[in-house]
Amino acid sequence: MSIAHRATGVALYGGTLLIALWLIAAASGPAAYETAQAVAGSLLGRLVLFGYTFVLLHHMVGGVRHFVWDLGHGYSPQARMNLAKYSVVVSGGLTLLVWIVALTR
Amino acid sequence: MAEFNLPQNSRLTEGKAWPKPAGASKVTEFKIYRWDPDTGANPRTDTYYVDREDCGPMVLDALIWIKNKVDPTLTFRRSCREGICGSCAMNMDGKNGLACTTGIDECGGKDKVAIYPLPHMPVVKDLVPDLTRFYAQHASIEPWLKTTTPAPEKEWSQGREDREKLDGLYECILCACCSTSCPSYWWNGDRYLGPAALLQAYRWLIDSRDEATGERLDNLEDPFRLYRCHTIMNCANACPKGLNPAKAIAEVKKMMVARQL
Repeated sequence: MSIAHRATGVALYGGTLLIALWLIAAASGPAAYETAQAVAGSLLGRLVLFGYTFVLLHHMVGGVRHFVWDLGHGYSPQARMNLAKYSVVVSGGLTLLVWIVALTR
Repeated sequence: MAEFNLPQNSRLTEGKAWPKPAGASKVTEFKIYRWDPDTGANPRTDTYYVDREDCGPMVLDALIWIKNKVDPTLTFRRSCREGICGSCAMNMDGKNGLACTTGIDECGGKDKVAIYPLPHMPVVKDLVPDLTRFYAQHASIEPWLKTTTPAPEKEWSQGREDREKLDGLYECILCACCSTSCPSYWWNGDRYLGPAALLQAYRWLIDSRDEATGERLDNLEDPFRLYRCHTIMNCANACPKGLNPAKAIAEVKKMMVARQL
């Protein structure tokens, strides 16, 4: 779980780059923005965005887990295992929720 | 700093497979890391077959069986054989522990056990790691009672409640299972004190009789010595005594914050 938090943290740099590219495209004019939207809307683009959503939420939930530890709680063997399981379930669930909301609107 | 490849002279090679014991009905295979500083050869893994009907249930029993009956050159540390001295700490099937309190059948592989020295430590020979730096780090936290008030006539007394604060800390036997399981210690072991030394530091920080708390915290207030702990929790998983160095380190971090308020 610790290494997953690190890996998602590193992956977020890539995600930030994607956002920067999208903003640059938006600033460059309607044509560039259209292209960016088309790329993001393609099947591959959506797959990448889905992965990015999970990475972002997993890292965020992991951050909450670390916050709990920094307050001095959740150190028992059982609590450690539960926190690890919750962070996978909660980040996975939130990712699905975001996409269900996004696709049904 | 981080090294991703082993140095040329540390790469593992396949070693010798020793003969199976004749007429044994239940046999367990042991793959054991071997390295001899005198030969200059690369480390290798030798394969031994242990007759389980003729051998005790623990990994240490098997190592002693091998040393007595198969290969007297196999080198490892052991002393108390009951989990109180911490000498036989090693890596068994990927998990650090004491060979004397780890059952052969508790190891992951079914009829196979892989045994290596504690990870990321210099090796003296075979399963014997060099713990010089580990002990120096323990010494650096000054693990003794420090007082400024004049010594009382009898002993430094401590109430029952204050004594209970040391439970889960004083039991540490300094076997190094926790520190050598910690990725942060692997990467920055020269500057990060590691879970074992920090648990010991906390053991003196919350001792009601100790009067050097501030000085001790000053000594730990350092980006590396204390704060390389990233709550990875391998230490608490590895500890063969069931202690929780991660929690002790968190308590030290809390003391650091509390004294600034």
